[in-house]
Amino acid sequence: MYTAEMRELIKKVEATRSKRLGHDFPRLSPEAKLEILKKNHPDYIESGFRTINLGVNKGEKVPLELANLIEAKSRIEMDKINLEKIDHDVDVLIVGAGGAGASAAIEAVKTGAKVMIATKLRFGDANTMMAEGGIQAADKADDSPAKHYLDVMGGGHFTNVPELVKALVQDAPEAIKWLNDFGVMFDKEEDGTMLTNHGGGTSRKRMHAAADYSGAEIMRVLRDEVRNLGVEVVEFSPVVELIKDLDGKVAGAILFNLETEEYSVVKAKTVILTTGGAGRLHYQGFPTSNHYGATADGLVLGYRVGAELAFADTIQYHPTGVAFPSQIFGALVTEKVRGLGATPLNIDGEQFVYHLETRDIEASAIINECKVNKKGINTPTGEVGVWLDTPLIDIIHGEGTLEKRLPAMYRMFKKFGIDMTKEPILIYPTLHYQNGGLLINEFGETKIENLYVAGECAGGIHGRNRLMGNSLLDIIVFGRRAGKNAGKRSKSVVIKDLTLGHVADYHKELIKNGIETDRVSPLLLPRYRHGADK
Amino acid sequence: MTEKQMVDVFILGKKYSVPSTLTIMDAMEYAGYQLIRGCGCRSGFCGACATVYRTKGDNELKVVLACQSKVEDGMYLTQIPFFPGKKAVYDMEKIEPTAETMGEMYPELYKCIGCNSCTKGCSQGLNVMQYIAYAQRGEFEKCAEESFDCVGCGICATRCPAGITHFNVGLLARRITGKYIAPKSEHLDIRVQEIEEGRMAAELDELMSKSIDELKDLYNHRDITK
Repeated sequence: MYTAEMRELIKKVEATRSKRLGHDFPRLSPEAKLEILKKNHPDYIESGFRTINLGVNKGEKVPLELANLIEAKSRIEMDKINLEKIDHDVDVLIVGAGGAGASAAIEAVKTGAKVMIATKLRFGDANTMMAEGGIQAADKADDSPAKHYLDVMGGGHFTNVPELVKALVQDAPEAIKWLNDFGVMFDKEEDGTMLTNHGGGTSRKRMHAAADYSGAEIMRVLRDEVRNLGVEVVEFSPVVELIKDLDGKVAGAILFNLETEEYSVVKAKTVILTTGGAGRLHYQGFPTSNHYGATADGLVLGYRVGAELAFADTIQYHPTGVAFPSQIFGALVTEKVRGLGATPLNIDGEQFVYHLETRDIEASAIINECKVNKKGINTPTGEVGVWLDTPLIDIIHGEGTLEKRLPAMYRMFKKFGIDMTKEPILIYPTLHYQNGGLLINEFGETKIENLYVAGECAGGIHGRNRLMGNSLLDIIVFGRRAGKNAGKRSKSVVIKDLTLGHVADYHKELIKNGIETDRVSPLLLPRYRHGADK
Repeated sequence: MTEKQMVDVFILGKKYSVPSTLTIMDAMEYAGYQLIRGCGCRSGFCGACATVYRTKGDNELKVVLACQSKVEDGMYLTQIPFFPGKKAVYDMEKIEPTAETMGEMYPELYKCIGCNSCTKGCSQGLNVMQYIAYAQRGEFEKCAEESFDCVGCGICATRCPAGITHFNVGLLARRITGKYIAPKSEHLDIRVQEIEEGRMAAELDELMSKSIDELKDLYNHRDITK
């Protein structure tokens, strides 16, 4: 429910609406984009980063909070682990049970491999479930994988690994077909044509959606399929350390039962990390749209066995997180809202940036309007935001469009007394995505033998910035690739004696580099007190 | 409207004073709990945080999502533990989109006594009994549409005297609808075939052979459809 002051300000939004309708705000030039990025984007705030002092990326900068987890000790006391007592012996171990993990499992099972999934929370508790807007694929006549490729490279500021982008765009239509054949209910016209929209930075309308439950719809279908296949899924059991064998190949993992606090040993011929992102580390104090479990565990586990981080210093701040009401502060307002025509406005009801710039530019422009131009709207809890003129959606596309195409969003605001079809909403950038991760090749492999990575935990696909709809796509494309390849590979793997020597070595490296700390990682769960400790 | 600043809530029987602006989930954390179960996406999408409460002076038990509901004075709260629900196992390639299929997978559907407890409990405000009726009749498309916003929190199933696992019934109806009933997307099949036959490769390979400067130029001058 808006305050009386806010309702007064909404009148300014309404007053300028007819003048704004039908007039697109000009896009920024490449030079202006660079300037606004450098001035405002959190990736350019040097105090938010530091260099790491050990391991394969020694000397490179990463967010402070991640550096602290990398420069930390293992959670396990090694003398309490008996690697000769194998609790699970499998061909493919998948760590994490979001969209990438489920896709990997389905494909790995097809190769005949014995597959097991271990996950920190419940099966499906992942950022995938929360992805609202859609999934990109160039499957219409006016589009092509090449056009998609150019958009992805441009969005990533041409830093992406080209082979990974090629795999992404080339597999995209098949990924949609794969999902559709499992029964995912994509939005379609009556003749079967997929309903597609623009996202920020796309040159064609190639965003496929299932209302604004796109990720949830994909996740619940994939989860159901994995259950149909009878794959063993161990929940509430995060991996706290990877195991190697005497050859230095990755050969399993140590699981930690969150409730009994017992450890168990999984021996596996191949391991796929699909643990997701880092939003819950709250880099630079930002709120996050991420799932409760998004604490960068996979990055830490992979780094400790020697896998390389790529683009770990670049984070995506989604331009539109909820700024008000405070109960849902930081929650995602899908880009689809702008895709359908809602525009950002300042306190005077004026637009200050084109509404479909890439996410980094759009977020920077909003931060600029609030922090530099001081034209944001203050909320009662001391936050600041700009308007997103959501009533435009029904005005442009006809009454009922917003409720039909954005039911989850509509419901979320309605619960707090705001009707977004009639009133604009208040938004501010929220920590949304880890652009980087553990470097993979197009087969989903890291440089560490038998260690695969897929999903948000993987790095290189999106370069320094990801476009909307390419994350749901990458979990499917690279989840499938990793599952297929790890499954096939497992047939020829011979595991020697298991060891945690690399963990002991890591501890020695810490000391050698003068790092004395009691920190342990992975973090597993964040701790919130909501001001109780003040 | 002036809001009271702090309210008293009872979490698993213990009394805590918490700010009235918090959600139930935040209030539990404010009270000192580190959540393991009963906490997921924190945005109303995953259904992990179904919470039962009763307010002092009221004898009705209510169920909501803890991440989407504000605390109220005098709430007695408890979280639903992991709730086991029946799931049928099926092969989507072999399944037939008929009412008989649904009846074979979930025969308890026909034990529905029409008490509407499922609908009253739904955290998403869905008409659950209605979509179960559609499922009984094999009207999968209607069942799919009516159940589409289900987050699978399981509250409906906890209340059903017939032992129906509504959220899994809805899921099967949606999968059947998505696969067999919704119109086919011809453009998708054509594109997948074009890629398989290598017909889209030349354009992509040409782009990949360009220098970054050439790519930048192409990007800055690409045509963007309205």
